[in-house]
Amino acid sequence: MSAAAPGVPGGRLESALRARRDGGAKLLVPYLTGGLGPDWLEYVRAVAAAGADAIEIGIPFSDPVMDGPVIQRASADALAGGVTPAGVLAGLAHAEVSVPLVVMTYYNLVARGGHVRTAHQLADAGVAGAILPDLPLDEATDWLATAASAGVDAVLLAAPTTPDDRLDAICEASRGFLYAVGLLGVTGERDRLAGSATRLAARCTARTDLPVLVGVGISSADQAREVCRVADGVVIGSALVRRILGGAGPDEAAEFVAGVRRALDA
Amino acid sequence: MREPGPGGRFGEFGGRFVPESLVPACAELEAAFTAAWADAAFRAELDGLLASYAGRPTPVTECKRLSERLGVRVLLKREDLTHTGSHKINNVLGQALLARRMGKSRLIAETGAGQHGVAAATAAALLGLSCEVYMGEVDTARQELNVFRMRLLGAEVHPVSSGSRTLKDAVNEALRDWVASVETTHYCIGSVMGPHPYPWLVRELQRVVGDEARRQCRQLLGGADPDVVVACVGGGSNAAGTFAGFVDTAAVLVGVEAAGGAAMGRGVPGVVHGMRSQFLQDEAGQILEAESISAGLDYPGVGPEHAHLGAIGRARYVSAEDGDVLEAFKLLAETEGIIPALEPAHALAWVTAAARTEIPAGSVVLVTLSGRGDKDVAQVMAMLG
Ligand SMILES: Cc1ncc(COP(=O)(O)O)c(C=O)c1O
Repeated sequence: MSAAAPGVPGGRLESALRARRDGGAKLLVPYLTGGLGPDWLEYVRAVAAAGADAIEIGIPFSDPVMDGPVIQRASADALAGGVTPAGVLAGLAHAEVSVPLVVMTYYNLVARGGHVRTAHQLADAGVAGAILPDLPLDEATDWLATAASAGVDAVLLAAPTTPDDRLDAICEASRGFLYAVGLLGVTGERDRLAGSATRLAARCTARTDLPVLVGVGISSADQAREVCRVADGVVIGSALVRRILGGAGPDEAAEFVAGVRRALDA
Repeated sequence: MREPGPGGRFGEFGGRFVPESLVPACAELEAAFTAAWADAAFRAELDGLLASYAGRPTPVTECKRLSERLGVRVLLKREDLTHTGSHKINNVLGQALLARRMGKSRLIAETGAGQHGVAAATAAALLGLSCEVYMGEVDTARQELNVFRMRLLGAEVHPVSSGSRTLKDAVNEALRDWVASVETTHYCIGSVMGPHPYPWLVRELQRVVGDEARRQCRQLLGGADPDVVVACVGGGSNAAGTFAGFVDTAAVLVGVEAAGGAAMGRGVPGVVHGMRSQFLQDEAGQILEAESISAGLDYPGVGPEHAHLGAIGRARYVSAEDGDVLEAFKLLAETEGIIPALEPAHALAWVTAAARTEIPAGSVVLVTLSGRGDKDVAQVMAMLG
């Protein structure tokens, strides 16, 4: 296990998040499925204006094994509507939002496009970071280096089952932020904050000064505030996407995000 | 067919492309299997079950009437005669013993035709483990009897309604379960696919097919090996187990895919279900749906060692069309009194065609008959009207 680019500083995503964190704010990163509906970019803009510190954009993949029913459905709907990775990136290139954009997708799309080509396509679309949940540290060496040289922060994930020595290596290699997967399981809302979320966040913040964001299972403003007693921030996906699938327009989606923002700032 | 080493690579293929939560479990499984496979007591327990419970060794049958018809000498390795009716039992007995050794009391499995699900449910019942099986809704419909069998064996069957609702989606759902349950659950993968160590582990558990067949062939052929060794390829476990016995002989190795699921024939390299291998996919990398009459071959990928054997030219991969498969299914029944599963009927379909064109007359062709056709009779009855 080795960091592919030891000592290489993070890029635009990381510096923006560090600056906000160091200024005393808790970080809020909402997730939206790219290409979900013809007006999906309206949601991106509305959520940006509602207090997001960065926005995670899912590029739909046919076989999203880390996703639960809500994001699976959103991905399937977007794919049925004809969305492609290139289409999502073309949209993002014109999104004109002031916060950094980070894409989340599955590794096959990157493998198919090629590391160098994909990294440059992301950079050209103005994307500042990339999360690939099925590309663990051991397989990520080349991607980490390629993304870094294109100016894209390759975000790595840590899980509750990650042992300490491995967690050290992940912290060292991750760029942008450290994505702490708050529970054993796929994306989706849960009634209560998992105990594993706070425990993992504490293990992470104790060993890195990268921003540590907890994602997967964070379902409400209360849960976000609770985990942010330890973590630097949260990623909120299914709770937002469920509302959109249920018919919430950009303003309603933004209102949900603004509510989480208020809770984190309180 | 060597050990893939710590990175789990077969040439450029293989690897361990899984969510971080599963990485420690894969490493634990690798260590547990490495230790168990070197442990004489574990091997003796497995061999004992294979003999007294699964009915091994299975015979090699000389097909006199079929050979006359085709002009080549056809031998069948009879995995259809095992308990539960397919080679899948070899794999699950090993994995269930391994699960118990690791202290995991729950098995999950994906299944296409239902043969692996039935085998997993069987092994779980035998060892007192709980078992849940994911199966696409298309497959629960066309393999209704196997669904009932699994339930009789005490397993819970979860129909999967996402995506193409076949084997690929069952694997997705099993992986999602495992991400959440990894601390107590062993994922009993049904073929030579998935993240390292599965492709290697399942091949080793299936090599009993090839090792036995090689000995049996030598006895039958006065010390010689077959000229051609043929097996059907879904994920590729019966083929990998068969090839493992013959890879260092001069035999030509042939894997037969379903034409509608020909990941070797029409796929391109990709990374899905934990492995770098060949997959049917579009320009962007979205995985395409396979389509075959055989639920067991209805998979858009293939095990990474096959991708490697194909890339280095040690094995050849061909495909068979649904119609020819049905003809071969009937031919074996009529000439030999053996009703094959639709999956190995693909291997027979290729032999039937190739005997006319490219296999020299009089050649000895060993075909792995990976399973019996009981599960397919209702479906074939409906198709033949
Ligand atoms: C009888 C039989 N043969 C073959 C297969 C395909 O699997 P594999 O390629 O792993 O042998 C199946 C899968 O369900 C099967 O039931």
